[in-house]
Amino acid sequence: MMRYIVYAAAVAVAILHQDVWFWNDRTLLFGFMPIGLAYHAAFSVAAACVWALAIGYAWPSTLEDASSESGGPERREGARRP
Amino acid sequence: MIPLLIIVFYLLVLLGLGLASNRFFRGTAADYFVASHSIGPFLLLMSIFGTTMTAFALVGSTAKAYTTGIGVYGLMASWSGLVHSAVFFLVGIKLWAIGKRHGYVTQIQFFRDRFESNALGFLLFPILVGLVIPYLLIGLIGAGRVILPITAGTFPGLFPHPTFAGGIPPWLTGLTISAVVLLYVFFGGLRGAVWANTLQTVVFMTAGVVAFHMIATKLGGLSQASQAVLENSPQHLAREGMVGKLEFLTYCFVPLSVGMFPHLFQHWLTAKSAKAFRLTVIAHPIFIMVVWVPCILIGIWAAGMGLRVPPNSVLGQMVGTLVQSPVLTGFLGAGILAAIMSSLDSQFICLGTMFTTDVVVHHYGEGRFTDGQKVFLARSFVIFIVVVTYLLSLLEPPHIFDLGVWCFSGFAGLFPLVFAAVYWKRVTKAGAISSTIGLAVVWNILFWKDMVAHVSGGEENPETLVAGMMPVTVILACAALTLVAVSLVTKPPSKETVSKFFQG
Repeated sequence: MMRYIVYAAAVAVAILHQDVWFWNDRTLLFGFMPIGLAYHAAFSVAAACVWALAIGYAWPSTLEDASSESGGPERREGARRP
Repeated sequence: MIPLLIIVFYLLVLLGLGLASNRFFRGTAADYFVASHSIGPFLLLMSIFGTTMTAFALVGSTAKAYTTGIGVYGLMASWSGLVHSAVFFLVGIKLWAIGKRHGYVTQIQFFRDRFESNALGFLLFPILVGLVIPYLLIGLIGAGRVILPITAGTFPGLFPHPTFAGGIPPWLTGLTISAVVLLYVFFGGLRGAVWANTLQTVVFMTAGVVAFHMIATKLGGLSQASQAVLENSPQHLAREGMVGKLEFLTYCFVPLSVGMFPHLFQHWLTAKSAKAFRLTVIAHPIFIMVVWVPCILIGIWAAGMGLRVPPNSVLGQMVGTLVQSPVLTGFLGAGILAAIMSSLDSQFICLGTMFTTDVVVHHYGEGRFTDGQKVFLARSFVIFIVVVTYLLSLLEPPHIFDLGVWCFSGFAGLFPLVFAAVYWKRVTKAGAISSTIGLAVVWNILFWKDMVAHVSGGEENPETLVAGMMPVTVILACAALTLVAVSLVTKPPSKETVSKFFQG
């Protein structure tokens, strides 16, 4: 269930990218930061948070075991110099 | 002279790192190509970030903000933060697991097995190489253009031609950085590139932040710098008239290209474990923000000051005229070269790896070559590619920087292929081949006859669009639809193949 909530959050963040409400807003936050730029900087932080949630709740834990099941050809090679 | 000495010192440090990494070289092909899957979370983050960021991250972002305003961040940076991490999480980790399980070192090895098709490998090889080479050219030509103004007047006797004004000519810069990258890649393989990329990422991130701080101080502080933009060039503080809404939306497809960068595929395979990806997935959007926000602000401040220079010179001019510090100029030059070289090294190695494994070893058979011979072949092809790229860079192809977005669009058009390969059991060889051919056809039509496209938005925004959308939208849609439609009407892959690539 949490996995789907995380994916829904990722989609919601993607939708929030299209911030038409700040399209023509020239306000300077804290006297220097254009509000449209501040919004998208915050968007980058939100993206990081969404992927942190994904790692916490939607991590493909089976992959770690699966990757070491057979071992690739290089795993069977000796560590020798050419 | 001080800026040049700083840059030379930096290049020597990189060479030292390459030689140091050689001490850890185990002598096997797997070690040369994928560092024996030994890279931990921090080095993976730094090397992947360094590889995905090019000179555009510092120079281009400032230039685009100078012409197009703050909308550039939403177009390129915030979309990339979200989409790159999504691709690392959804595709990168799966490919790492598959690659490690079956011993793959290139994408083509994976696609050949996944789609049970040699032909697909032969089709993909020239497409991938063809899309990487312009990318290399952008790096080499960009380096020449950065170093020339930084060193202007340093060697009036050696380079008296008016074009160079006593600065280091682009042919010499290209030759030098090609040689440096070649040497540390030659000795250290992908491990050398990972180590070098880590240092280079630190250098270019720090250079951007330091330049930002010093420029802001010289402009009288953050508020005064931005107030000047509000008074003199307020359009740079918003997106109205600068960026189209559909363009803003459809730019999200461009960063999908990271899913098919062959050099990034190889970096994914260096990871020690799946868990090593976690830091990269989370920190990548933050790192993009740290690099891009200061550069965007410098770009709009330049517009607010009424600076009148070619856009790609804005960052150099702001540092040169406002800060007037030879040390910072040298550090910034090293930072820009760092951003360029951190992409070049991985691209050189991946081309050498692809040639060795996908052409020579594939043709003559796995048992025909020892590991030492494979490494020798890869190194030889890397030298060949470096020489060819360097010679091409001397021709300075026109519109080379415009080619960048077309390369990205081409890689993004291949994204449905890799996504279906890891998530859709029913995708077929015929679907994969027809999608790739369809992508090539549509890409070429849009590229060569872009009279169907038109320039949109503000007068200073030369982005080529199709019905207001980025061309990648059409390319991606055609590739995806062809893949699905042909797969549904052709013979599904064998049960052996499905069970090999899908657990459970």
